[in-house]
Amino acid sequence: MKITYPHMGNLYIAIRALLLKLGLDPVLPPPTSRKTALLGVRHAPEFACFPLKLNLGNFLEAREMGADTVLMGGGIGPCRFGYYAEVQREILADLGVSMEMVVLEPPSGDWVTFKTRTRSLVGDCSWWQVLKAIRFAWYKARAVDALESKLLYLRPRLCEPLQLEAIYREALRRVDMAENRRGLDLAVSDFLKDTRGLPGKSGDLLRVGLVGEIFTVLDPYANYDIERHLGLLGVEVTRSIFLSEWINEHLFGGLFHVGGLDHLKEAASPYLNAFVGGHGRETVGATVHFARQGYDGVVQVAPFTCMPEIVAHSVLPAVTRDHGIPTLSFYLDEQSGVAGIVTRLEAFVDLLEARRKKRLKEGV
Amino acid sequence: MIKVGIPRSLLYYSYFPLWRAFFTEMGAEVVVSPETNKAILDAGLRSALDETCLPVKLFFGHVLALTGSVDYLLVPRLISVEPKAYICPKFMGLPDMLRARIPNLPPLIDVAVDFSRGTGNWENVLSSMGRLLAGDRRLIRQACRSAQAAQSLFQEQLEKGWLLPEALNGAAGERGTERPAPPSPGSGRLNIALLGHDYNIYDEYISMNLIKRLRSMGARVATADLVSQAVIDEQAGTLPKKLFWTLGKKMIGAAFAFCDSGQFDGIIYVSSFGCGPESLVGELLARWVKRRRGIPFMLLTIDEHSGAAGLVTRLEAFTDMLLRREKG
Repeated sequence: MKITYPHMGNLYIAIRALLLKLGLDPVLPPPTSRKTALLGVRHAPEFACFPLKLNLGNFLEAREMGADTVLMGGGIGPCRFGYYAEVQREILADLGVSMEMVVLEPPSGDWVTFKTRTRSLVGDCSWWQVLKAIRFAWYKARAVDALESKLLYLRPRLCEPLQLEAIYREALRRVDMAENRRGLDLAVSDFLKDTRGLPGKSGDLLRVGLVGEIFTVLDPYANYDIERHLGLLGVEVTRSIFLSEWINEHLFGGLFHVGGLDHLKEAASPYLNAFVGGHGRETVGATVHFARQGYDGVVQVAPFTCMPEIVAHSVLPAVTRDHGIPTLSFYLDEQSGVAGIVTRLEAFVDLLEARRKKRLKEGV
Repeated sequence: MIKVGIPRSLLYYSYFPLWRAFFTEMGAEVVVSPETNKAILDAGLRSALDETCLPVKLFFGHVLALTGSVDYLLVPRLISVEPKAYICPKFMGLPDMLRARIPNLPPLIDVAVDFSRGTGNWENVLSSMGRLLAGDRRLIRQACRSAQAAQSLFQEQLEKGWLLPEALNGAAGERGTERPAPPSPGSGRLNIALLGHDYNIYDEYISMNLIKRLRSMGARVATADLVSQAVIDEQAGTLPKKLFWTLGKKMIGAAFAFCDSGQFDGIIYVSSFGCGPESLVGELLARWVKRRRGIPFMLLTIDEHSGAAGLVTRLEAFTDMLLRREKG
């Protein structure tokens, strides 16, 4: 069985570790590219959201590399992600591509089904080995998060951000290759050490929170490298949600007891008082949270036609009105041009700068 | 007399008899927004977020048509009307979206309707609504009963072959009056199954009179409302994974039932631009219908820019093709 799975930012590192530890043979699709997008767009429904199209492109590219099985996440709605695998299976079938779909549905109380499904995937592995593999994948995800958040912090602060990125890529490669926890810890601590001596800039930075739908937040292809563009404009970006949180919540059924996003749900009230699928409520909550923390602005990203994020976006004007935090929303799909996105980001950053200057003046 | 406003939009088409009977019995005056027109649509387009789908934009328009003239506005938070299935994220956030975007809203009756965990029922929902109007308990209980009677009469009429707008009018008539015999379904040569969410296909303005146009082209039109809930559940139960959208389930269950009946010449599926669930449901349906029966299938996407001429051309082409197939 040659098993493949879709890309979502650096998710591949954690999943590859999981599959290897389970004794499986993973096939990593090539990094998502224009070609991936075109393949996906050609065969996916026109108004499906962007991640579905990119996933499909990933599968087709992995097929060319010999993959015969797809590992996909599931869900119980109302967000469309929960039905992705069903649609993708039908599309592949109509294309005459014979790939089996293995869908990791969240356990949702039914542990027996969950157990048999997992068992069919892992074969002869003992449960102890499965648990160990999950734990190792989790540490990898945490290591990736540590690197990414440090990168976001440092990029606007250093004179040579490109040099930083090179060091980051090397550290990421080492995390990917690491075979035990010691290797992971070493990769992260070396990254921190290597970046410590780099010459920095002085001055007050603008701080922007990045909120929105998880795939477009985490995947630099899908969001047209929005974090990088902001960083190079001298803005410190803070994400509302990281990879490990999504993995824990979505794939491992909340196995690890980490902070969670409950505080964001509370902060969303009174603007959004109900669960609306996906991370819609967290988007609103995180915007309020960033405003309270004194951030200069919030950028929201979501796939075009994303339902939960549209609800969140609809109520954001009320958050702006009450908390005085500017927001900028991007809906992303295969049509987005990077020049247009950068222009809008530049205008937004100019606005934030002007606001800050005005405030300082009024303060004095 | 307290005036309760009900926007003529979204799930008005599914639950109006229930809501109307309840609030009337509670001693309130029920005010429904006018039928969709250009002014209502334009008002909706101005106040709703650009990215929302056409039906939600239209809902904003209907709400705006009522603000200022009613004491309460009925906008229940419709999360789920059956176990393990939802309507749509936008329905779940509807009261919040309105509050954030429309100033000077009348107080909303935004009781949550959530039967997703298998608990909860309309009686509890209606009671909570009744308490908002400060009615006494006996009155509420009585209003619940007549509301549910009105709703089941409505369901019955739909399954007997009434088109939904006709049944809505029937249910809106005086209680106790004789039910008129169901009107004949039209005397055309073609049998066409028209699928789409109620609020799209029965809104004459948005659907550009689709049903009447089909009838005038000599087609007999059947909709998903003809199919009983039991059949829909059974047909949708054949899917590899349970569909978690109530409206999508209805479309798929009805389409399968229509396919199996072997009585239909073609299926027309109406979807609105930007509808999330439909983007996947419509796609799956097109593939499955093709594999199952090979019945001709046409997807019509409507939005605020749709022109009637384009619609007519496509309908004519489709019906011509069906007629030619019949001959050949």
